[in-house]
Amino acid sequence: MKQMANEKRWTTVIAWLVALVIFFPIFWMALTAFKTETEAFSVPPSLFFSPTLDNFVEVFARSDYLKFAWNSVAVSFGSTLLALAFAIPAAYAMAFFPTKRTPGTLLWMLSTKMMPPVGVLIPIYLLFRDMGLLDTVTGLLIVFTLINLPIVIWMLYTYFKDVPGEIMEASRVDGATPMQQLFLLLIPLSLPGIASTGLLTVILAWNEAFWSLNLTSSQGAPLTAFIASFSSPQGLFWAKLSAASVMAILPIMIVGWMSQKQLVQGLTFGAVK
Amino acid sequence: MNHRFLTASLAAVALTLSAESGAETTLSIGTVNNGDMIIMQKLSQQFEAQNPDIKLDWVVLEENVLRQRLTTDIATGSGQFDVVTIGTYEVPIWAKRGWLEGLDNLPADYDVDDVLMAVREGLSYEGKLYALPFYAESSLTFYRTDLFEKAGLTMPDQPTWDVVKQFAAKLTDKDAGIYGICLRGKPGWGENMALISTMVHTFGGQWFDENWNPTIDSPEWKNAVGTYIDLLTEYGPPGASSNGFNENLALFTSGKCAMWIDATVAAGLVFDPAESQVADKVGFAQAPIAKTPKGNHWLWSWALAIPTSSDAKDAALKFITWATSKPYVELVGEKFGWAKVPPGTRKSTYENPLYVEAAPFAKPVLEAIQTANPSDQTLNPAPYTGIQYVGIAEFQGIGTQVGQMMAGVLAGQMSVDNALRSAQSSVKRTMRQAGYPK
Repeated sequence: MKQMANEKRWTTVIAWLVALVIFFPIFWMALTAFKTETEAFSVPPSLFFSPTLDNFVEVFARSDYLKFAWNSVAVSFGSTLLALAFAIPAAYAMAFFPTKRTPGTLLWMLSTKMMPPVGVLIPIYLLFRDMGLLDTVTGLLIVFTLINLPIVIWMLYTYFKDVPGEIMEASRVDGATPMQQLFLLLIPLSLPGIASTGLLTVILAWNEAFWSLNLTSSQGAPLTAFIASFSSPQGLFWAKLSAASVMAILPIMIVGWMSQKQLVQGLTFGAVK
Repeated sequence: MNHRFLTASLAAVALTLSAESGAETTLSIGTVNNGDMIIMQKLSQQFEAQNPDIKLDWVVLEENVLRQRLTTDIATGSGQFDVVTIGTYEVPIWAKRGWLEGLDNLPADYDVDDVLMAVREGLSYEGKLYALPFYAESSLTFYRTDLFEKAGLTMPDQPTWDVVKQFAAKLTDKDAGIYGICLRGKPGWGENMALISTMVHTFGGQWFDENWNPTIDSPEWKNAVGTYIDLLTEYGPPGASSNGFNENLALFTSGKCAMWIDATVAAGLVFDPAESQVADKVGFAQAPIAKTPKGNHWLWSWALAIPTSSDAKDAALKFITWATSKPYVELVGEKFGWAKVPPGTRKSTYENPLYVEAAPFAKPVLEAIQTANPSDQTLNPAPYTGIQYVGIAEFQGIGTQVGQMMAGVLAGQMSVDNALRSAQSSVKRTMRQAGYPK
C-alpha cells in the first residue's frame, strides 16, 4: 500500500517536471514581453526587473492586431468546420461500409501529408494567382481545410470504429436511414472525439505559418504573419517579438484552457472500454 | 417611411464611398523589420496625407522570408507587390532577368547625383539604376576605449588582422567575462560568410579565379579562415558559432567584448545610451586589413525597387522617390533626431552639420562606404562583383553551405583543412551543375 502511494507521488513529481520543461519556453516568452529590449538581451538573463507595457503599446501602434486576429479566427475555425463537414461523412462511410480499397484510400490520403509543403508552393501559388485567391481569407480557408482533412478523417475514422457496430445494426433493424444513423446516433455518441478533433484542427490551423506567410501579405494575413513581421536581422527585437507572440497565442490558449476537459476526454475516448 | 429613407440614404453614402475608394491606388510594400524601415512606416502617414489618392499597405517580413516571398511572387509575375525592399545582391541579378523597372526618369529635384557613387553603382545593372537606396552600410572595427586605455593600447585608424590578434590576446579576461573579440559565427551567406569573405579578400584570396574555378583550397583561404578560427576560439565568447549580428550587438552593448568588427549600422546602436551600457566608451577604426587593403570592408544597401509586374508603377515611383529624398532625410532628423537619419545614401546628409554633430561616427562610416569597391575587391583579377558575397544567383546556396562548414570548424567538429577541402569540392560541383564557366 505504501509502495503504491510512493509510486503515485513519484509520478506526480515527474509529471510536474515534464510539464514545467514543456511550459518553460512559453513562460520565458511571456516574461520577455514585459522587459525592455536591453533587458531581454542581457547575459546572464534577468529574472527580476520592473515590468513595462511599452512593447505591447509599440506592437499595437505598428500593426493592426485586430485585423490579423480576426483573420486567424476566421481561417482556423472556418477551415475546421469545413474539414469536419467533409470528414464526418467520409469517415462514416469508411468505418461502417468499408470496401477492400478502404485501407488503401486511407493511406493514400495520409500520404499527402508526407510531402514537404514547399514542394507544391509554386503550383499552388500559380493556381491562386489565376483564381485571384492570393492574399485572401478564402484562399487560406481552402488550403487549411485541405491540409488538415487527412488528419481529421483519420482521427474520426478511429473514433467511429470504436462505436460498437451492434448499436448501428440495431438502429438499422429499427428502420433508421443512413442519414438518421449518422446524425442521431453516431455524431452524438462520438461527440467527445469530434470535439477534440476539431480543437486539434483549430490549433493546427492557428499555428500554421508556411502557407500563411507565402500566400498572404496584408489583407488575408493571420497572426502568424503578424508575429513574423517583428523578427529582424538587425537591431534588438526580442521583447517586441515576444509581446507580439503573447498576443498571438493568447486567444488560442484561452480556448484551449476552456476546452481542456473535452480535449482530454476525447483523446482518451474509447481507451477504457 | 423614415426607415426606408434612412436605408436609401445609407445606401447612397455607401455607393459614393465605394466609388471614391475605387479611384484610390493601393501600394503594397514588401519590407524588412529594421529601425530605419520602422521610422519610414511611421512617417509615411505624411506621404499619404500629401497624396490622398495613394494608400500604403505594408508587408513586413524577416529578411530571408521576405526574399523567398518576393522571389516567388515576382518569378510567377503575380504582381502582389508594388514596391520591394532588396539589397545590392539582388538588384543586378533581378534586373538582368527583367524583373525590375529601370529608373531613368527620376524627377530633377530628386538630385540623383547626390546619392553616393559607390551605392549607386551597387544598385545598377549595365549602367542603369534599378533601385533607390534607403540606407547603406559598410563594416568597421568597434572597440572599447576604456579597456584599451587600461591595457595601455592604442587602436590605429587602420588596424591589421595581426594587430587585432595581439590586442585580443591582451584584452581577453575570461574571469571578468570580457572577451578580446566578437565576430559573427552564425552560419549563412549574409552572416558569418559576409565577414569571412572580407577576410579572404584582404588576405589576398578570392572565391573564384578568372575562369570561375573555386579557389577555396588556396593558402590565402587557409590563412584567412585560420586567423578567424584562432581569434574566436582563443579570445572569443563561448558558443560563438551561434552569434550573428544581434547576438554580438547584445554582447558588445553589455560590455562583454573589447573589439567587434561588423556593420556600420551598429555605430548608431552602440552609441545610443538607451540601448547600450558602453555608449560613452566606444571607439571606431576601419575594418582590419592583411595582405591587401582591397575588399577588407563590405558594401551593402537596402533599396526600394519597383517590380515590372506591379500595376501601380507611377504611384510606386512617387513613393520611392519620396522615401529616399533629401526632404525625407530632413524629416527624420527633425522628428526622430539626427542620429536616427538613414545613413550612407546621400552626400548632403554628411555635409549637414546637424548630422555630423549628432553622429560622431559619420566620418569613418562615410569613408568606409566610399572606399568600398565591389568591382575591384580582390588582389588578383576576379570574374565577379561583390565584396561580402559573389553577385551570382547560386551564391545564396554556396555561401550558406560553406558558412555551415565554417561554423562546424568553430564548434570543433572538423579541422580548417578538412572544411576547406570539402567546401572546395562542393562548390566546384554546384558551379559545374549551374553550367559555369559561362
